[in-house]
Amino acid sequence: MKTLVWVEHDNASLKDATLATVTAAARLGEVHLLVAGSGCRAVAEAAAQIAGVGKVHLADNAAYEHGLAENVAPLIVDLMGHHDAVLFPATTTGKNIAPRVAALLDVMQLSDIISVEGEKTFTRPIYAGNAIATVESSDARLVITVRGTAFEKAAATGGSAAIEDVAGAGDAGLSSFVSAEVAKSERPELTSAKIIVSGGRALKDSATFEEYIMPLADKLGAAVGASRAAVDAGYVPNDYQVGQTGKIVAPEVYIAVGISGAIQHLAGMKDSKTIIAINKDEDAPIFQVADIGLVADLFNAVPELTGKL
Amino acid sequence: MKILVPVKRVIDYNVKPRVKSDGSGVDLSNVKMSMNPFDEIAVEEAIRLKEAGKAEEIIAVSVGPAKAQETLRTALAMGADRAILVQTDDEVEPLAVAKILKAIVAEENPGLVILGKQAIDDDSNQTGQMLAALLGRPQGTFASKVEIDGDSVAVTREVDGGLETVKLAMPAVVTTDLRLNEPRYASLPNIMKAKKKPLDTKSPADYGVDTAPRLKTLKVNEPPVRQAGIKVPDVDTLVAKLKEMGVA
Repeated sequence: MKTLVWVEHDNASLKDATLATVTAAARLGEVHLLVAGSGCRAVAEAAAQIAGVGKVHLADNAAYEHGLAENVAPLIVDLMGHHDAVLFPATTTGKNIAPRVAALLDVMQLSDIISVEGEKTFTRPIYAGNAIATVESSDARLVITVRGTAFEKAAATGGSAAIEDVAGAGDAGLSSFVSAEVAKSERPELTSAKIIVSGGRALKDSATFEEYIMPLADKLGAAVGASRAAVDAGYVPNDYQVGQTGKIVAPEVYIAVGISGAIQHLAGMKDSKTIIAINKDEDAPIFQVADIGLVADLFNAVPELTGKL
Repeated sequence: MKILVPVKRVIDYNVKPRVKSDGSGVDLSNVKMSMNPFDEIAVEEAIRLKEAGKAEEIIAVSVGPAKAQETLRTALAMGADRAILVQTDDEVEPLAVAKILKAIVAEENPGLVILGKQAIDDDSNQTGQMLAALLGRPQGTFASKVEIDGDSVAVTREVDGGLETVKLAMPAVVTTDLRLNEPRYASLPNIMKAKKKPLDTKSPADYGVDTAPRLKTLKVNEPPVRQAGIKVPDVDTLVAKLKEMGVA
């Protein structure tokens, strides 16, 4: 089987999410990559070094700069003339483009797969991760999004794939990019961090979130996450949100501070290797999934913890 | 302009789903069902656009069993003008739903179709994008802000790392994210009035759509259960544990 992988990048560097997708693709067969963007040859060169990659398609065109689904979906559909499967990381970009490609190919997409069981058989979580479905596709070609935390990352070096330029139709004339507002953070990226410190509604406001959560995270070299309640209350920007509707993470250590552990939140973090919960309510559902629990007032416990590390 | 709002009847988001012991699926008998939370946000956004004079009529549509009527009545009670139920007892995959919606769009010619970004049962996150593809129209997914300006719509999208704004030529397809708005509750008088609003019942065959599934569910399992953890009495013990794990 020949597979095509959508490379996630910002026109300058390749995003880690791509590497896990390459691993999933390699389980199906030969791996080709697609780098679509503007002025992104450096990304294609980095992509060519990923271990196990056979070929890199480079579509360099101003119309592809922001990954607008209307423009890149036809490009991918063209390439599907000689690929059997296309895989995307289950990022917001992948989730935006993949179903558009699937519908144009008249196939059903497999969303957010967590394992490859056979050429056409995969597992995926449903009902906010409360059930795992094993599904088999009857379509001739496969369109798949891959949950990054469920697959090892392919080695970023060791490969030497050829880069082949592809043209594509360019601008479909339906949509245009206006602006982006990037949340600034010098901490590790949430979805690839080894340690995450996450805060919930109990943090009270953005100032106390900053005062209690950030020093602990910095001490541990951790990324900072949040529950939906903390985001909705405006303590932190929405891209901090961990959960069914936010980001899915699976770090080595997840420290949940003042988070009750609603189903929606657990869906985003319950595959973490070790879960640590600090909560003053000993009946909070978070303690049912926590490996280590501390029943304490976070306003005392967190500064003490930060001080003793 | 008309706005079409597809809504789905799903397990209530507060209910913890139970997997059937024979592995055939999730047990939905005697479980509380509600409108998918993202679809409530879609209905609310349509109503706000109508209240702002940007739309004249809101049509709610659902593909599902007879009981999905209740979900449509909820949309009508919130403020939708009329509803279409495409009734079927089969589970209909996003691709087939998108094909049915495409046929309804061809009949109704809405300026906007507003859907939820994903249903909380199958967690697919596909239908809106598929509909946009089938219609050959632009898509504004994961919207946290929607502003209509003449014959285009500016959609601010929640993306990894922040926000992004795109401008789409109308007609367009928009899918809602959680922070787009806070859906209103239907008042009792509006619930009563909703009972008199028109609700057409159709079938997938009326739109010439084959709903045979492309994906076969071989089995549905419980996720692996986490080992029971321990509770530590104080911060010192927690620090010791973190050191043991090599974290600190």
